[in-house]
Amino acid sequence: MRNRSLLILTTAVTAGALTLTACGSRDDKGGAENGDGGNVTVTIGLDAPLTGELSALGLGIKNSADLAVKTANKKSYVKGVTFKLESLDDQAQPSSGQQNATKFVADKSVLGVVGPLNSGVAESMQKVFDDAKLVQVSPANTNPSLSQGINWSTGEKKRGYKSYFRTATTDAIQGPFAAQYVFKEAKKTKAFIIDDKKTYGAGLAGTFKGEFEKLGGKVVGTQHINPDTKDFSAVATQVKSSGADVVYYGGEYPAGGPLAKQIKAAGAKVTVVGGDAIFSPEYVKLASPAAADGDIATSVGAPIESLPSAKEFLANYKAENYKEAYEAYGGYAYDSTWAIIEAVKKATEGNGGKVPERAKVVEAMQGVSFEGVTGSVAFDEFGDTTNKQLTVYKVEGGAFKPVKSGTFGG
Amino acid sequence: MNELPQQLVNGLLLGSMYGLVAVGYTMVYGIVQLINFAHGEIFMTGGFGALTVWLILPGGTTMWVALPLMIIGAVLVATTIAVGAERLAYRPLRGGPRLAPLITAIGLSLALQQAVWAFYPEAKSARTFPQIPGGPIELGPVTIQTGDVFLLVAAPVCMAFLAFFVMRTRTGRGMQATAQDPDTAKLMGVNTDRIIVIAFALGAAMAAVGAVAYGLKYGVVDYKMGFLLGLKAFTAAVLGGIGNIYGAMIGGVVLGIAETMATAYVSHIPGMDQLGGQSWADVWAFVLLIVVLLARPQGLLGERVADRA
Repeated sequence: MRNRSLLILTTAVTAGALTLTACGSRDDKGGAENGDGGNVTVTIGLDAPLTGELSALGLGIKNSADLAVKTANKKSYVKGVTFKLESLDDQAQPSSGQQNATKFVADKSVLGVVGPLNSGVAESMQKVFDDAKLVQVSPANTNPSLSQGINWSTGEKKRGYKSYFRTATTDAIQGPFAAQYVFKEAKKTKAFIIDDKKTYGAGLAGTFKGEFEKLGGKVVGTQHINPDTKDFSAVATQVKSSGADVVYYGGEYPAGGPLAKQIKAAGAKVTVVGGDAIFSPEYVKLASPAAADGDIATSVGAPIESLPSAKEFLANYKAENYKEAYEAYGGYAYDSTWAIIEAVKKATEGNGGKVPERAKVVEAMQGVSFEGVTGSVAFDEFGDTTNKQLTVYKVEGGAFKPVKSGTFGG
Repeated sequence: MNELPQQLVNGLLLGSMYGLVAVGYTMVYGIVQLINFAHGEIFMTGGFGALTVWLILPGGTTMWVALPLMIIGAVLVATTIAVGAERLAYRPLRGGPRLAPLITAIGLSLALQQAVWAFYPEAKSARTFPQIPGGPIELGPVTIQTGDVFLLVAAPVCMAFLAFFVMRTRTGRGMQATAQDPDTAKLMGVNTDRIIVIAFALGAAMAAVGAVAYGLKYGVVDYKMGFLLGLKAFTAAVLGGIGNIYGAMIGGVVLGIAETMATAYVSHIPGMDQLGGQSWADVWAFVLLIVVLLARPQGLLGERVADRA
């Protein structure tokens, strides 16, 4: 019997240890000091998944923010201020995100933070930033409740955190936008809805479902998957036998790609549709180009390659020779960073040329308005972007191609 | 359309993969009472070993030529790492407190994951794995993918080989003797150090075959693929009765089918709508584990060797 109790003990200890390993390491670097020549260094924090499965998106955000900071410094955009980017990795984990937020708050030179990528991570950071009156601008969060409160869908919109802003459109628009396209233009009427139970995925799937049923479409099945596994064969079999002609997936590409692949391999004749988090070349790679053909993703904004406002960004990004592509959120990350720079500029000017306190930057952010990479950037009373454009992309020949841009009305 | 036969096959396939990895846990535990938590990562390195062989082979090599070479590559990489780990990390700690090698195993697991992440080209996100060409095979109500055929063949063949090896060969009998009582086995002239190395190597080879099957089935390998699968395989080993190689295989299949059934059917039970779906499958799998362990603490097939305590 001794062996057995030891086995149980070691199992318990190990389970505990494995949980602990998820925590990141801590390094205590001092805050940035005053720069040379009377210039004050203002740090812009950046939080995104820089390692792990979502790192492709995260690194694109980091590079684009870096480009914004470099551009501002090159132009001496804010007199007497040199900007510095400090990037922390949240590994797409809410717990790491919160640790990073605490770290940024503790560093007195940080006047604004860009990020995070994941809505779930944002939830864990909002209060930390709001308590410290530190402004946060996310280039990618699309869950409506982050800015409009948990009862947003019933019309009781209430802004929870005054320090939270975003340049990405919300799922309250993205899900219905996809539903309209799928029902009216792709002429699909039987949907199987799958989500990954995360803040982003479940929210998106919910808004799609509501609009799709309102339009007269039929939901023939729902499933919630565990995005940590790779085996979706049981779900794929269900999709096949449900007779659905479209699968809506609320979630991200690391699980979405293999899921689409397995659904199609099971023999289901469906189009897989998802949100901005599957709008990545990685999705096509994971689903295999043949299987992904015809799949649809919606993404916030218009394709920046087609925007005249993005020409300079694209040229500069290329000139900097970043190793990773800017991916789906590069333009938004640039605009988020620039919004912070604008807010710091405004607050500095209102403060007699001296670097203002954090609360002033939050106030200034509300009134920021400029022409950015993705179009005009400004924020409404909830801190959401006023630019509500979305685009439908379809996989053709192994890559996402823009099909239709528009704004959602209704 | 009745999807039950297909779901059973899905579960059987998933379970066979758990089983292939679980035998590694169970063999090492049976002989040295160590839960080798780095085993999931040894599985992962096997997958990357196979991928490396594929990348070295000239483009245009057919799968029929490449696959055997990839299996050999996977087995070589995995066994080398497993034997190296035994030699450098576990053997110096043998005879020490039991927690020391266990913690070492966890450290090794993290080190292997991070090493692949950092040093294997483009391994920071998932890497695509070559596929067996050809469309799915339809057998009545059941569809089997070409990638799954390999698993369906490899799992029983590996198990039969392992059973033959342990039961019929001289070295296998040495393993049984060492599992029963290492000191007496040593007195009888069994080289127990060598037996332990063989146990690690055999487990790693099985995991490597499992990793090739994983790559063929899911089309990707990544540095984290061994973590969750390793935990599941360990669960399968405990479910089947840790220390018993047949138990590991049966535990794997039971676990795989249980997860699949939970995914497919729990939400259809009235009132259980919120507790169904794939996100709850693990919960039901562990409920099953608890129920089995309450009724049979030694696992489904029990520990065949005498308890030494």
